[in-house]
Amino acid sequence: MRAISFSLNGVARKLTVDDTRTLLWVLRDDLGLTGTKFGCGEAVCGACTVLLDNEAVRACATPMSAVDGKRVVTIEGLAHEDQLHPVQAAFVEHLGFQCGFCTSGMIMGAHALLLKNPKPTRSQIIKEMEPHLCRCGAHVRIVQAIESASAAMAGGAR
Amino acid sequence: MSRAKDVMEVPEGWGFVQTMDRRDFLKLTGSGLLVLWSVDPLPGQTAAAPQRAAADFNSFLHIGADGRVTCLVGKIEMGQGVMTSLPQLAAEELGVPLSSMDIVMGDTDLCPSDRGTFGSLSIRMFGPTLRAAAAEARAVLVQMAAERLGLPVADLEVREGIVRSKTHPARQVSYGELTAGKRIERHLDGQAALKKVGAFTIMGQSAPRRDALEKVTGKAKFAGDIVPTGALHARILRPPSHGAKLLRADTAKASAVPGTRVVRDGDLIAVLHEHYDEATRALGLIKATFSPSPSKLTHETIFEHLQKVAPEARTTDSRGSLSDGEKSASQIVEQTYLKGYVAHAPMETHSAVAMAEKGKVTVWAGTQTPFPLKTQIARALNIAPEKVRVITPYVGGGFGGKSASQQGIEAARLAMASGKPVRVMWSREEEFFFDTFDPAAVITIRAGFDAAKKIIFWDNTIIGAGGRGSALFYEVPNHRTAVRGGWNANPAGMHPFATGPWRAPGANANVFARESHMDMMAAKAGMDPVEFRLWNLSDPRMRRVLEAAAKQFAWTPKPGPSGRGFGVACGDDAGTYVAAMAEVKVDKATGRVQVVRVVCAQDMGIVVNPEGARQQMEGCITMGLGYTLSEEVRFKDGVVLDTNFDTYELPRFSGVPRIETVILDSPDLAPQGGGEPAIVTTGAVLANAVFDAVGARVVQLPMTPARVKSAMKG
Repeated sequence: MRAISFSLNGVARKLTVDDTRTLLWVLRDDLGLTGTKFGCGEAVCGACTVLLDNEAVRACATPMSAVDGKRVVTIEGLAHEDQLHPVQAAFVEHLGFQCGFCTSGMIMGAHALLLKNPKPTRSQIIKEMEPHLCRCGAHVRIVQAIESASAAMAGGAR
Repeated sequence: MSRAKDVMEVPEGWGFVQTMDRRDFLKLTGSGLLVLWSVDPLPGQTAAAPQRAAADFNSFLHIGADGRVTCLVGKIEMGQGVMTSLPQLAAEELGVPLSSMDIVMGDTDLCPSDRGTFGSLSIRMFGPTLRAAAAEARAVLVQMAAERLGLPVADLEVREGIVRSKTHPARQVSYGELTAGKRIERHLDGQAALKKVGAFTIMGQSAPRRDALEKVTGKAKFAGDIVPTGALHARILRPPSHGAKLLRADTAKASAVPGTRVVRDGDLIAVLHEHYDEATRALGLIKATFSPSPSKLTHETIFEHLQKVAPEARTTDSRGSLSDGEKSASQIVEQTYLKGYVAHAPMETHSAVAMAEKGKVTVWAGTQTPFPLKTQIARALNIAPEKVRVITPYVGGGFGGKSASQQGIEAARLAMASGKPVRVMWSREEEFFFDTFDPAAVITIRAGFDAAKKIIFWDNTIIGAGGRGSALFYEVPNHRTAVRGGWNANPAGMHPFATGPWRAPGANANVFARESHMDMMAAKAGMDPVEFRLWNLSDPRMRRVLEAAAKQFAWTPKPGPSGRGFGVACGDDAGTYVAAMAEVKVDKATGRVQVVRVVCAQDMGIVVNPEGARQQMEGCITMGLGYTLSEEVRFKDGVVLDTNFDTYELPRFSGVPRIETVILDSPDLAPQGGGEPAIVTTGAVLANAVFDAVGARVVQLPMTPARVKSAMKG
């Protein structure tokens, strides 16, 4: 057990946990943030994607020791009050989901992409999103949503 | 962005009503108009037997004094969009704005009994009943308005929940005013007239998805996200192979982990801990010994095995005389087609949470069959069914795989055994182990055409897939279809693990075989594959669908293999007709298939939510890429070798083609199925496109690079 300090969705947190535990289960079980999903447990589906210092990581393969001193953003931290983030708004507009289980990870992955590359080409989007699985087959619309979010953000949206 | 903003302004209450308990329900239904349904309606059955007591609280619709309409349905939402489209049906018939509708789904205490959400039945079979209930409610309300306003019914019309006089529009009364302070019960007799297509204002329009906001913000609750106070995760001890029996288990080390409890209920041994990862670690400390599996089958030997052990052939369809037909044939083509086991692999693994309180067990489960699950739980716990309540939150994908809900029973048993609320979330490995796979299939077709290139006979023997999707809509005077086993009711030992319904069960294998065979015959006849189909097709509905696909694709006739990489396939499923066309590129060095473009046309009757229907078509085509190109469950001696997505390859972004969907205008046909039809043609349309590209016929799914290369070598 050790004290881990980090920023979670903009709020400073300090937890005393076994630092070999993963961020996924600390988020879900200790902190009650269930928007980050468990899909595979081996970093091969993307459902648990969150941002760690603005980089997309798989929370199921991120030990708490790697979180110390970092900034974590989850799906719950993306919208500001009732204002959806442009990526979320674009997923709604293009219906970039069906069952919704991969959606948190997809949105966080897309958000991370746009942070480092605000105007990705279609092939850059596909390359970045490739590790994310969606069983319902919403891929076409997810790509459209990311392109649309990119355009909206270039137009001055947050 | 404007559309997103519109959705943002959708009023509260559009999402699931997930928190309603019996007391809330009694309060809700204490006044207002309630349209009641009888017993579990079978698919296709809409006539009511109005004996059911109101005390059973099973109703379809409730209209409150505030004008809000609550729609109660036993169906569940797993991404297919019925949470959005079913209220469209009710709102249309009632004449109320969509924004006044609430929906409660899949709660066995509140909703009318239902066999399950599968078979593309929600709109096709349940839809008419819901519409009838809404129409009945409207008729009652209009009658009440006539009495209140002193006007004849013929003078009244309904708009936006307000009944008003056509001749004196100032004389009006709202539904809410009519129902205020009253409790009116009506039993559905199906006599009220339904609206005509031309009068629709809500059906046929794309409605915003009710689940959108919750799903993009992480607020949507799936079974694993429901955490009753004091709930513990359970990780269950599992056998390493199918058929293995537990000989002994030493749980001492696991029990010693702080915060851990080991619970045993008969054959069920589980480690309980507040944290999933810590329960998992403790589970790993159990030393267990299992007997070896008796199974000696592998994914390679299974086809021979199936041919040996499948039940006797049952003729499901026949006409004319095969031997007469064969005598008139100028060319005969015989081919056996194979397809391996395929996993459902929903992104949400089977999950459930159970809580026992005051003799009653409540289970939140990711299930397609809440009502059958309730019965199964009652049986497993040996308690009365009314002591069990199953609540279905959002389901993270089902595809048929959550028709089986063993995890709900496990959670209930462990909650009873431990006295604590228990959460069961299968690991991905458990999901691959206990999944009810789409069965492997062996399909042999022998068919011939005459000198005029008309198909003269067709003899089809299907092992493993069942008969769905095998019907011949082509004109064939002499034919026979014989089926040996399906996805259920097979003799023990036929499959080494469980099989079950997988999105359009059996049809993916059967359409792959039939439409591949049509292509082989077209090639043998030296005809373009579309022209050959049309030449042998008189069904006007299928001709129209095929022609619509050809128009969108800009198909130009050329006998295969043309080198263009174009393919075509037709199918029918759940009352919907579908035709697909595809363009592929084949890497001749590696055998890898890249799908460039898929066009899919379908006639699904009246379309309730066009954008929702398109989403289903796109989803079908994308999911279909998996069973066609990469997905096959590998196993050996009872061990499932694929345990996660590192080896079991789902379709990914880079493999998804340009998809164009065409939905035919079909106002004279009632709404048909939409969740499954467009997946059935994927196998054949791509196999035919591969043949057209490189002249090689791949007869086994999935068409892995190795199989494509092997076919190219001949």
